[in-house]
Amino acid sequence: MATKLGDYKTGVHNDWCPGCGDFGIVNAIQMSLTEMQIPKHKAAIFSGIGCSGKTSHFINTYGVHTLHGRVLTFAQGAKIANPEMTIIAAGGDGDGLGIGAGHFVAAGRRNVNMTYIIFDNAVYGLTKGQASPTLKLGEQTKSLSNPNPNYNVNPIALAISSGFTFVARSYSYDVRQLKDLITAAVNHNGLAFIDVLQPCPTYNDLYTRDWFGGLDQINEETKKPTPRIYNLADVGYDPAVHYSTTTELNEKLAQALEKSLEWGDKIPTGIFYKNELVTPYTKRITDKVPNYLENPAAKQKISKNGKTTTDISDILDSLSV
Amino acid sequence: MVFDYSWLIGGPQGSGVDTAANIFSRVGTKLGYHVFGKREYHSNIKGLHSYFVVRLSDNKIRSNVNGANIMVAFDAETMIRHGLSISKNGAIIYDSSIVNTSIDEIPTIEADHRVRLAEFFKSKNMEPKVSSIIELAKESGVNVYPISFRDALSNIADELKRPELSRMTRMFNVLGVSFSLGVLKAPMAPLLESIEEIFSTKPTIADLNKKAANFAYNHASAKFSGFNASLNETDKEPNIMLVQGHQGSALGKMVCGCRFQSYYPITPASDESEFLETHEILQVKEDRPGSTTIVQTEDEISAIGMAVGASLTGTRSATSTSGPGFSLMAETLGWAGINEVPVVISLFQRSGPSTGLPTRHGQDDLLFAINAGHGEFPRIVYASGDVEDSFYDTGKCFNFADIFQLPVIHILDKFIASSVVTCNRFEPDLVSIDRGKLLEKIDGDYKRFAHSPDGISPRSKLGLENGVFWNTGDESDEYGHISEDPVNRIQMMDKRQKKVEQILTLVPKNDQVVAYGKSDICVVSWGSSKGPILDAIEMHRNEGNEIGFIDIKLLEPFPTEYVKSLLKDSSVIVDIEANMTAQLGSLIRKNLLKDPDYYVLKYTGRPMTCIEIFDSLKKILEKKAEKRQVLLYGD
Repeated sequence: MATKLGDYKTGVHNDWCPGCGDFGIVNAIQMSLTEMQIPKHKAAIFSGIGCSGKTSHFINTYGVHTLHGRVLTFAQGAKIANPEMTIIAAGGDGDGLGIGAGHFVAAGRRNVNMTYIIFDNAVYGLTKGQASPTLKLGEQTKSLSNPNPNYNVNPIALAISSGFTFVARSYSYDVRQLKDLITAAVNHNGLAFIDVLQPCPTYNDLYTRDWFGGLDQINEETKKPTPRIYNLADVGYDPAVHYSTTTELNEKLAQALEKSLEWGDKIPTGIFYKNELVTPYTKRITDKVPNYLENPAAKQKISKNGKTTTDISDILDSLSV
Repeated sequence: MVFDYSWLIGGPQGSGVDTAANIFSRVGTKLGYHVFGKREYHSNIKGLHSYFVVRLSDNKIRSNVNGANIMVAFDAETMIRHGLSISKNGAIIYDSSIVNTSIDEIPTIEADHRVRLAEFFKSKNMEPKVSSIIELAKESGVNVYPISFRDALSNIADELKRPELSRMTRMFNVLGVSFSLGVLKAPMAPLLESIEEIFSTKPTIADLNKKAANFAYNHASAKFSGFNASLNETDKEPNIMLVQGHQGSALGKMVCGCRFQSYYPITPASDESEFLETHEILQVKEDRPGSTTIVQTEDEISAIGMAVGASLTGTRSATSTSGPGFSLMAETLGWAGINEVPVVISLFQRSGPSTGLPTRHGQDDLLFAINAGHGEFPRIVYASGDVEDSFYDTGKCFNFADIFQLPVIHILDKFIASSVVTCNRFEPDLVSIDRGKLLEKIDGDYKRFAHSPDGISPRSKLGLENGVFWNTGDESDEYGHISEDPVNRIQMMDKRQKKVEQILTLVPKNDQVVAYGKSDICVVSWGSSKGPILDAIEMHRNEGNEIGFIDIKLLEPFPTEYVKSLLKDSSVIVDIEANMTAQLGSLIRKNLLKDPDYYVLKYTGRPMTCIEIFDSLKKILEKKAEKRQVLLYGD
């Protein structure tokens, strides 16, 4: 029987602030799961700590609300042990790019087949608005006593240089685009990353819905705002690596990195980079363990009538002198 | 008379001391002796001193003695450090070129040690040189056998018409072990067989080493034919294996169905993970092959995070580390505690604090293992005493994790990890597998943390139909959703805490504490101190003195009542452990409200020898002991 959008919702009261960008992301995840018709028990949402960490409780699939910065470690362990699961990891920008930055880089190098969504609002909301790693140097959101003394992390550039093979950006108020990107990310054969720009209506008074919408950029002729957000797909941008030639690969990487620097009056969204020619972690395991996908860790029978079925007699023989 | 003989080889790290010791151990095993070997080394890749002592005996042995009977030294440092530890009528085989080397020419001896050596030689009115050591050894009745290792190598090179061999100083080790076996008049066949087995994947190297061994053996046996001891064929017991310390728990993991292990490289734990990865494809009876997935992670935080994530899929999962790595795991340990996730952490202790003595032994993480992580949650801390125990205990730890749904910290250590021992062939059929309340099928409404009389709820796993659940590091309700309700909080805390009583009731008494005879004087200990304690107690028994020993394996929750009952007839309690503050002693004081009468402690980073423990127990028997004895033996 087909699953409906409502099937992916839990009855848990949502305590995010009115107008929070998080709502759009949860909706998009649920819409994407519906679109892909993934059975509830075949998907798991892993989340970090902070407002975004509560995401897993609002979605009616397996939900694992982990530790601050560590969401990718739990999620990769689960996916590697049971590759049949659809795994989506979610967390804030402080979670993934601050305390968890080491795991972010290492995950890119591994290229495990799953999706990672960062809720990027440039502040630590739940602890009352401190500067997060994506807030730019010198910017001062309303609860900061001084301008931010740190340079910002560029999530897109970091993901590309860490080895993520699907790198995209979206905007939490463009739920339709975000849903499409999540579906594309889940279907991607490798580790997919989506950086979702989102206002924090309570603590980020710089990157507001009005700012993203360009209300300060009125076109003189039309008298209408010029939105900052635009979609790379609308300007003929091709993010995909099609051939495994070094020249093409370098061109696509350079193009994506260059696009990742674009910020201000125009902010690109959509897929920056996509490369399915890089071996996913699955392949790296099956090269050593040919039947890993048919018989992964979680599926193996380890006992019969309470006794082991593993036969180590060859190893014991080799230790006998 | 019981044959009990120790052989020592030393040399710079990276020079193949291990290979030589491996050959010697195999020869001893083939001849039918019980073998106990232990490696000591610096935190260094190449150049600093390392040494191996291999003890052979007619009887079962579990530790080293002080010093050795025979030593082979091809470098001056080995001579300086160990030359005076060779017993009377023993032998030192040494490279004749090192005789005139002075301690000032050995930069790898630490400054403090150098000062002590200088004072020593001054007190003897001797030059601080190898020659003085030789002189002193001779005076104490040790046979000294100079051999030119270089000449031997040149002769071999000439014989084989391969001049480049004369520069292959790496072969000094094979020469050293072969000289030793020549002096000891051991049969030659086991030597050649052992070389062939060790280099089985490199036939040309095996061949070369066999030729060198043959030459060296004949040279030494002809030149030093009068030595008073010899190695002979004995009545070999069936099913004898020669096992390295880290292999016990690795094989235990394969057998008990651990199918996921994540780790970050750290001494002395990584050898276990590497062994698992080498054997990652597993043969399964009447089924297709299985496999263990081993992931090397970016740090220990990730290592335990992945193991917990894998465990949520129903996979038996583990991580393996040492103190510094375990420190990083503390936060996730609490997460596994509140979410009732079965996960096994193999904690190979070494000497702390901080990086401490990174390649040396210690039992100083007991209280940390019991207390790591903020907040209050049940866990099991379980210690193994030796390699054989570690094989069987590993399976038990996974059963505990599954049955009680909590993290289990399985304590091992550097002493176990770097020993090489003979033991009976492991019997996988003795390992039972109990997955507790893990579900394979669910119908109807499911609550992961449903209240139950024993505090343990039926467990779903990721991917199971109708089994959707939520986890959170926050306090949660029965479904796993966040709840800060005070009544729920008490119910959930109490639910988890009920496991403590369950553990003390359901874990068989013999798995909690192993009692080795009762007596008026009783030793209490835990973990790898077991080996030297058992050997020392046996030595006392041979002298007519009975001493009891209880080995406490379940350290958290602490089996207070059972320990009390085991100690009720003993009037003198001796706590022996390898740390400074007597951590088990503090558990006994806290739980039994009783201060052990004596403490025997060692925290030099070197394992206890049976002789040290024998001596300290002797003082206690003679009522001449201080309350706290600190052991110092070893380099």
